[in-house]
Amino acid sequence: MAEIDVKKYVEFLQNYDGKELRLMEVCGSHTAAISKSGIKKIISPKIKLISGPGCPVCVSPSAFVDKLIELGKTGAHIVCFGDMMRIPGRNSSLNEEKGKGLKVDYVYSPMDIIPMAKENPETNYIFACVGFETTIPVYTLLLDAIIREDIKNIKLLTALKTMPEAIDFLCANDAKIDGFIAPGHVSVITGTKAFYEVSNKYKVPMAVTGFSPKELLVGIYALTKTCINKDSFIKTGKSLVGNYYKSVVLEEGNTKAKDNINKYFKKGDAIWRGMGNIKNSGLYLKDEYLKYDAGSFNLVDDYKINKACRCSDVLMGKISSKECPLFKKYCSPLTPQGACMVSSEGSCYQAFKNGD
Amino acid sequence: MIITMAHGSGGAFTSELIDEIFIKEFDNETVKELEDCAVIPGSKKIAMTTDSFVVKPIEYPGGDIGRLCICGTVNDLLMRGAKAKYITCGFIIEEGADSETLKRIVHSMAETAKEAGVIIVAGDTKVIDGNGGIMINTAGVGFVEEGLDINSRNLTAGDLVILSGNLGDHHATILGSRMNITNSIKSDNAPLTDIVSNLLKEKINIHTMRDVTRGGLATVLTELSRSSRVDIKLKEDKIPVSNAVRDFCGLLGLDPLYMGNEGKCIIVVPKNEAGKALEVIRNSKYGENAVIIGEVKEMAEDKACVYIETEIGGKRILDVLQGEGLPRIC
Repeated sequence: MAEIDVKKYVEFLQNYDGKELRLMEVCGSHTAAISKSGIKKIISPKIKLISGPGCPVCVSPSAFVDKLIELGKTGAHIVCFGDMMRIPGRNSSLNEEKGKGLKVDYVYSPMDIIPMAKENPETNYIFACVGFETTIPVYTLLLDAIIREDIKNIKLLTALKTMPEAIDFLCANDAKIDGFIAPGHVSVITGTKAFYEVSNKYKVPMAVTGFSPKELLVGIYALTKTCINKDSFIKTGKSLVGNYYKSVVLEEGNTKAKDNINKYFKKGDAIWRGMGNIKNSGLYLKDEYLKYDAGSFNLVDDYKINKACRCSDVLMGKISSKECPLFKKYCSPLTPQGACMVSSEGSCYQAFKNGD
Repeated sequence: MIITMAHGSGGAFTSELIDEIFIKEFDNETVKELEDCAVIPGSKKIAMTTDSFVVKPIEYPGGDIGRLCICGTVNDLLMRGAKAKYITCGFIIEEGADSETLKRIVHSMAETAKEAGVIIVAGDTKVIDGNGGIMINTAGVGFVEEGLDINSRNLTAGDLVILSGNLGDHHATILGSRMNITNSIKSDNAPLTDIVSNLLKEKINIHTMRDVTRGGLATVLTELSRSSRVDIKLKEDKIPVSNAVRDFCGLLGLDPLYMGNEGKCIIVVPKNEAGKALEVIRNSKYGENAVIIGEVKEMAEDKACVYIETEIGGKRILDVLQGEGLPRIC
């Protein structure tokens, strides 16, 4: 990004003394980037940066993990992204089951499953498809390839989720968020447009923001300014959604990727770990592609390993990681009690790692 | 030739394996004696270490398990200021291994040993069930000069921390190979002999040295700060990471500060010697990218900590690596 006057932004955010603002990021990469930048320690205590449900792995319910393990035990070879390995199911995780002999591999790209499946035509392969709008287009490319090459031994187990509905859910459930740092990567696909409706409905400012420390500084600065001047924005009909990641985010987003998503997937309700059912926040394979589905419907069990775990309140922005009674005492990246501690993009993991 | 259980039997096949592959490469008088143990000259203060190498894949861009096992063992000795002299190696070979691969690995070991100035004086081979894997256990012996005491409890407020080069290359290479990601990154596996011997030759007062292997810089420095009960402050923009590794980490959600290296070390010296030490390191083999990355401070609170001042002036506290660094989804 163009050179910015860091001092000007830092001073403004440092000296902010207005009403307390609760700004939430809903993207795991933002959670990690904010934590790494140390920005929380330099801005005014009156600006609270809160982590929302931004990690798609963290919000996959236990039923999804249990289903993968069940499929693995019938002989299928499970393929997933790395941080899916540690997510707890009801009794176990893919990592633990791998130790006991379950066939599980993690890959960089879902497309890596294709050569694996071709090499072993007798084995059934299942890709654990988690993700938001950012990752879902890659699954459509995988489906394109499976259909084009007529590969019969790959199926998808999906727990796909969309972000605008989750933000709506947070606003509707009194999470008391003054502004959202809108997800940068998701916005590349959806465009800023996707957030207009929810922003209008709840009159909540949003700033689409990049990931470098300077980009974060600019996004948080702009969001704070919009919060302060919200009334005049509304009066003059100015949009509360700002795009501060213009190098890659367009208003319309990536229409080709969106068309691909609509080709294969349809909307449906989805369970978010710790948050429950969010209407229309899920994507499922359409009827004509159901033969590629490994049983993604009705995975509703959302089991809490430790009753004292407050991941759900962390995900809803109601408490910070530190306020959970288990944080750093019983819950660490080595002994995660809830999903926020498992993925490297989980808010508790980041809080643990970077001393927030 | 495919290695079978017979090659581990102790009989003729074993002799063939030893003569044709190991002795041919580890060519020195001691090992050629083929005795039960090596008898070697020594001195009063002996440094000893052992290590096991189970890396997969066994050959990767920039190196292989043979080069790795020599570098790992030698570097451990060097970090206490020892002059590394002798190495032993135990091979555990899985049935099905290809002798051509073994030859390449053993050749690489011999070459690296030469480079590092050590000789391989004893060895052992076992063949076990499996899928053609090769694992190596080593022991290393070196000698420390009287009066030299380089250890992890020596950090003193005011000292400066020098890092010998870029972070993350080895870890990124191995992960990239395992995940079939094509890129230009190569392992940094290298013996740090030249760096350490030049520092000692120049009589630099080294307080502490550590090779930055598993767990990465953050883990190593956190352990040191706890041992010496001091804080360590790092400058984010000074920590060297190549663009290729930075991008690789960005894609996979990994942090170069927590990634393993096999040819990098940190050297902590008093402030007034840091300039000279840096020059010596930069003029040594594998030290050309060395930089001063931070300084040792008095402990500010009741717990020693390592922290980074970020480019926007924030403070990020580092901790030891927790669990395995798994690539994230997006």
